[in-house]
Amino acid sequence: MADPVSGRASGGDHHRRGWARHAVLIGLVIVLLLTIAPFLVVALNAVKTPADYATRGPIALPRSLNLAGVVEFWHRVDFTRKLVNSLVVSSAVAVLGVAVSVMNAYALGIGKVRGRIWFLFFFLAANLLPQEALVYPLYYLSKSLHLYDSLAVVIIIFTVIQSAFGTYLLSSVYDHFPRDLLDAAAIDGAGNWRTLVWIVVPVSWQTVSVLFAFFFIWTWNEFFLPLVFLISNDNQTVPVALGVLQGQRFMDATTTSASALIGILPAVAFFLLFQRTLIRGVTAGAIKG
Amino acid sequence: MARGLGRSGYLVFLIPGLVLSIAVVVVPLAMTIGVSFTRWQGVGMPSWIGLTNYIRLAHDPSFWASFRHIALLVVAMAIIPTLVGLVLATLLFDYVAVAFSSRTASVFRSGFYLPQVLPVAIAGIVWGWILHPSYGALNSLLQAVGLPSLTRNWLGDPDYALYSVMAVLVWVQIGYPVVVFMAGLQRIDPEVYEAAEIDGATWRQRFTNITVHLLKPEIYVVLVTTTIAALKIFGQIFVLTRGGPGDATLVPSYFAYKNFFEKANVGYGSAISTVLTAIILGLSFVFLRLQARGERSNG
Repeated sequence: MADPVSGRASGGDHHRRGWARHAVLIGLVIVLLLTIAPFLVVALNAVKTPADYATRGPIALPRSLNLAGVVEFWHRVDFTRKLVNSLVVSSAVAVLGVAVSVMNAYALGIGKVRGRIWFLFFFLAANLLPQEALVYPLYYLSKSLHLYDSLAVVIIIFTVIQSAFGTYLLSSVYDHFPRDLLDAAAIDGAGNWRTLVWIVVPVSWQTVSVLFAFFFIWTWNEFFLPLVFLISNDNQTVPVALGVLQGQRFMDATTTSASALIGILPAVAFFLLFQRTLIRGVTAGAIKG
Repeated sequence: MARGLGRSGYLVFLIPGLVLSIAVVVVPLAMTIGVSFTRWQGVGMPSWIGLTNYIRLAHDPSFWASFRHIALLVVAMAIIPTLVGLVLATLLFDYVAVAFSSRTASVFRSGFYLPQVLPVAIAGIVWGWILHPSYGALNSLLQAVGLPSLTRNWLGDPDYALYSVMAVLVWVQIGYPVVVFMAGLQRIDPEVYEAAEIDGATWRQRFTNITVHLLKPEIYVVLVTTTIAALKIFGQIFVLTRGGPGDATLVPSYFAYKNFFEKANVGYGSAISTVLTAIILGLSFVFLRLQARGERSNG
């Protein structure tokens, strides 16, 4: 117990503590600054005039706060329209995806329908599939159904992809749903639908709201399928509109940082809005790399 | 109560989900697999050519390059973030939260997590600009601090492009393991640490013998999800390099995309997608089996 070696080690520890305490904190602050530096550099340069950028480069502080570049870029790409498109797609997918997930999970987790393990496997596999495996047939089919280049087709596809994950997650939650609540509802004469709407959804509201937040943000961030399906300017979402502009002739340094800034701002806004739900969700295992 | 009747009464709830999944997943997947055995330009009738596309794939250096790159991207997206995330999460949980406050620790956590909320395409734009050879911030910074010899065409030089992409991906991914591991650490009884400290365990011993050991389930989940994400990567590559220069940063999903939409080699693109799908589903199956076995032996 009073081992001289460990005694000396812990004494040394104590002696070093004041110094180490700050060294560790400084190290962490440096890592944090490296993490957020790209955001700062973007903000710094988005508010510069092109002339200021040309003479003093990207790492100098701006001489003055100039929002002309941001405003001009906003109008040029009709950013309001892209924001509305992204909002419509993400909200619709979040609502429909949650609705489908809840219904699937109700049948699998609480209803325990026959073959539930296979259904769960199926939904898990559907979520794991790379989108490349689906993209060309979906492109071909949506063209023949005259759905190509519409927000509707993107909403339908992502409702399925997101709800595949939601079904898997929510079924495991509903597996452990308190049985006495269901029995009480049955004794009161509530049918399956009423039990779902008035008992199951309110009781599991925490998980449901986590799913909603994740579906919204994941759909907002999606790039590959919206890139393929939304080709006309009027239908593009924010990431697609900004992504396809890179490398265009008019994208000079300040315009590029302006475009990055207006792409970052909504994401940071959602982060602040959903922060607690997101962290809780990642914590609960509602996760995706 | 007629339980059997109740059970089948639940089946109707599956109908919308199943119908949608069949239309959006099952039918398209079957079509992709079918088309992979044909030559097809996307118009007219596909012509059956058997395994020709797969034989061509096996001899296509671009295909092998794309999978070699994925191996490195797994390092950048899964392995490095897991290792760094473990250290950061432990420092925040075991040190900052104790020596300062848990509020300070959660401010750090939010900061590290911030890149995770950016759309991948936007992260690509940010870094495409920072790494730009002539007007980018990184080269300007290197000039300013007197290291002009270190400036590079970060994304345009085939020798550096993949490493630059890897660095960007580390930046994107780091916050995810930090959040998951910090949550996992909450489960751990602080008395275990106190006992170890009294027994004279150093910080490093506590880290390897307690933290890493107890966080095994979280480490596993993080490694699996990020490895699968690396196999599927598309957006960052599209915005940063479009697979170039040459094939220097080509990945399977972008390789398939090029064949589908740029070269109209739909049959060949379908073969690439089918192979990628088989690998992802196969790996996931192995991971799930391992996890189930681990749970059985622990429980």
